[in-house]
Amino acid sequence: MAAIDQSKIRNFCIVAHIDHGKSTLADRIIEQTGLLTSREMQAQVLDNMELERERGITIKAQTVRIVYNARDGKEYIFNLIDTPGHVDFNYEVSRSLAACDGAILVVDAAQGIEAQTLANVYLALDHDLDVFPVINKIDLPSADPERVRNEIEDVIGIEAQDAPLISAKNGIGIEEVLEAVVEKIPAPGGSADNPLQALIFDSVYDSYKGVIVFCRIMEGRVAKGTSIRMMATNATAEVVEVGYFGAGQFIPCEELSAGMVGYLTASIKNVKDTAVGDTITDLNRPCAEPLPGYKKVNSMVFCGMYPADGAKYPDLRDALEKLQLNDASLHYEPETSIALGFGFRCGFLGLLHLEIIQERLEREYNLDLVTTAPGVIYRVHKTDGEMIELTNPSNLPDPAQIESMEEPVVSAEIMVTTEFIGSIMQLCQERRGRYISTEYIEASRALLKYELPLNEIIYDFFDALKSRSRGYASFDYELKGYEESKLVKLDILINHDEVDALSFIVHADSAYERGRRMCEKLKDEIPRHLFEIPIQAAVGGKIIARETVKAMRKDVLAKCYGGDITRKKKLLEKQKEGKKRMRQVGNVEIPQSAFMSVLKLDDK
Amino acid sequence: MRELSIYIHIPFCVRKCLYCDFLSFPVQEGQRTERISSYGNLLKREIEEAADRYGDYQVVSVFWGGGTPSLLPAETLAGIMETLYGSYRVVADAEITIEANPGTVTADGLRGYITAGINRISIGLQSTDDEELTRIGRIHDYHTFLETYELARAAGFRNINIDLMAALPGQSVSSYRKTLERAAALKPEHISAYSLILEEGTPLYERQDDYRFPTEEEDREMYLLTDAFLSACGYHRYEISNYALDGYECRHNKVYWQRGHYAGFGLGAASMVENVRWSNPATFGEYEAYTAGLGHGDGDTDGDGDADEDGRQQEHTQKAGSYPARQVLTREEQMEEFMFLGLRMMCGVSPAEFEKLFGRRIEDVYGDVLCRLYRQELLVRVSDRIRLTARGIDVSNRVMAEFLLD
Repeated sequence: MAAIDQSKIRNFCIVAHIDHGKSTLADRIIEQTGLLTSREMQAQVLDNMELERERGITIKAQTVRIVYNARDGKEYIFNLIDTPGHVDFNYEVSRSLAACDGAILVVDAAQGIEAQTLANVYLALDHDLDVFPVINKIDLPSADPERVRNEIEDVIGIEAQDAPLISAKNGIGIEEVLEAVVEKIPAPGGSADNPLQALIFDSVYDSYKGVIVFCRIMEGRVAKGTSIRMMATNATAEVVEVGYFGAGQFIPCEELSAGMVGYLTASIKNVKDTAVGDTITDLNRPCAEPLPGYKKVNSMVFCGMYPADGAKYPDLRDALEKLQLNDASLHYEPETSIALGFGFRCGFLGLLHLEIIQERLEREYNLDLVTTAPGVIYRVHKTDGEMIELTNPSNLPDPAQIESMEEPVVSAEIMVTTEFIGSIMQLCQERRGRYISTEYIEASRALLKYELPLNEIIYDFFDALKSRSRGYASFDYELKGYEESKLVKLDILINHDEVDALSFIVHADSAYERGRRMCEKLKDEIPRHLFEIPIQAAVGGKIIARETVKAMRKDVLAKCYGGDITRKKKLLEKQKEGKKRMRQVGNVEIPQSAFMSVLKLDDK
Repeated sequence: MRELSIYIHIPFCVRKCLYCDFLSFPVQEGQRTERISSYGNLLKREIEEAADRYGDYQVVSVFWGGGTPSLLPAETLAGIMETLYGSYRVVADAEITIEANPGTVTADGLRGYITAGINRISIGLQSTDDEELTRIGRIHDYHTFLETYELARAAGFRNINIDLMAALPGQSVSSYRKTLERAAALKPEHISAYSLILEEGTPLYERQDDYRFPTEEEDREMYLLTDAFLSACGYHRYEISNYALDGYECRHNKVYWQRGHYAGFGLGAASMVENVRWSNPATFGEYEAYTAGLGHGDGDTDGDGDADEDGRQQEHTQKAGSYPARQVLTREEQMEEFMFLGLRMMCGVSPAEFEKLFGRRIEDVYGDVLCRLYRQELLVRVSDRIRLTARGIDVSNRVMAEFLLD
């Protein structure tokens, strides 16, 4: 294979608000350049996981190399890096962007710019990417490309007059996009003769090859046999294979050099050694300093995950281990709950990440899970000066030992049409939001800025936002920092026994309301027993709410007619089966669903 | 010699009661004679053809259930009884019961039944409150019942059961008490008292919101009242829902709970012989085809055929030519049944018998369950038997479910 002319390489990504057609455009580009025939295309090639396709979101970055014969008669190599599209994965997005030299901004011709569009564009501009816009879905009856063109120029401040008008779905205007990539996205810089400096922007685990590291070579070259070092984790390895990305396959090649995007394998056993954002260099000829921007990703949201069937604990452990091979941002450690037995306290980037992991555990590993209420990391300052980072409410020290507590706060940007500003502001107030500002994007749309406690948005904020704006509000946030807050632990007592798995941390002002709703919800969830069961909510030993599940008085079978006992036995079996799915706390049997019901506490 | 009980199903009635989900069909008076007589012929054939299988058994009880068996003309019933006497060894003191609905019998008819060998009659009264009877769709009123009862006594029945129901729509504790008082005043030898259970698909289930049903407290009060009142009247409770004067416990009823052998004849009838359960076809067409095929060697219903997994399939999933599908009970299923059926009897179950039947000590199989239930005071061990406590009777469903093995 002839050496690749660096000036003919284009490394780019597509940024967009969710649903604006990012993945569809990626598919069309791949199809148009002939890498795959449309028959071979499964809709949305780049979204690999079943889950991604179902949710229409990209979880793992995907990358594909395509060859484009441009109108200038020359052949170009495009590396299209598809980035995750959710706020939970902002750091991954930023690393993927860092691997690019430019970005296509896709804006929906009807919807216009949304909060996430802005967030992603700013992220791209922050990385000095050359961004050019395309206006998608021009075939929609409600499309208003001129308005959107002006909006892009006014709001983002990038030239949009010659933005291609396309319909990715119907394959309209794709060639224009490809030509624009050639013209508007710069060729990569760097020199193959410099010491190796490569950015890790993703990695996947393969049971045969070990970790497959996705990287962008900024400087130097790497080939089979190169001894490499990951500069942040200090892991070293010898390269076994390098290559580039076909559609859905890895194609080995001789070497990767400056400007190229590709992968390498080096018999690395764990994705922890190949942290996203880390710099790979040549062990024997290291570069002077790592690429900027590396940071260790911290979990923001925590919850307990327990197998519904206690005997499946080892299966859950194995499944988490396997998922972690591919997902360095998933954290877990064993924990024990009196109510739920053996399980794990798991840390996630955000609630979506949590849901994805939970769904994958249930689907791909066939596990039935009980998940406790998600929480954030609280900082507990003790009277003796010690500071604890609290991820499990059960570990909260005695109130007498607590000097103060802090909770994480995020800066949130909410894009909303003006008619819903009132209801969205009300929602933010209910969630203890601190109003910062309102900026009008255009006459009918505004960007609301709020500071919100993270624990107020991890449950169902997004859903509430959608329902209170009839789907029009969009939302983005980033962690601002920690602030002192009046927090208490809300305990739930069932038949006078505290159920550890139901405890959670809540702001003192909402403790009563939350406690009352918890009790009501649990009353509906817990079946009647042979005795009366009080359900109580307590803060610091003081009961603040109570409900009672009345005792089962009578449960007698009907006549069993003419000796036909089949129905009778079925009834008994059903009862027994129901009981199996219960958790024993003291002498009360609590259905699994009760533990999950607290997740949906905010349903009205 | 092994004992056998026989159940004969008569799937006809005058009109379907609103709570009824048993296998029975209303038949118009004009068609009744013909339908019953052709059904009777199928019964005779089935009874006759099965006789060889029960050569080693003696029949200790026969129960004519329905439906409304008292719709059978005495001569039809007598004809079938003759077939039975002719091909089975029926012991001299066999208990032979017929179920009767008030208003469906005559003095002659009743005498005819007695002549045919019937020695026990079970009359469905349910309530002595006419409005309650109307609400549940019974065809008779209290007065009609009284007539039927008197006719039965006059005809010579010395063993009569009255069926009662609690928790009826619109029923109050005081009206139920009245029903109990009136029933007991007649001094029947046996009283059955069940709580109404709303079965899905019945008209009463569909329109349950239109009625006021007794509250849980009232239901429970009626339930406690039954035992207290009937005990005071000299009846003893021998099974959860059945009361009898001394010496008049229903032998046939006990066979079901104590896992005796029983053969069911007729539409949809259930059998259990030597730990094999099966049920007859539940439609007339299938039942007719089934009886027609008997004796031609294309049915494998004799319980000694292939005792493989196929035998565990439930009815209606049979393979062609092997109807009815048989369920060969595993050892575990036998133990489960021994417990959850046996505990319906007030005398409970015998650990010694358990060990004799299954070769394992009851504590080795159910030790944990027993301990828990003793501790919860739902079960009690008295000398050599394990039985439900009063509280255990109330929630017997819960208790019995515990004995299902994993």
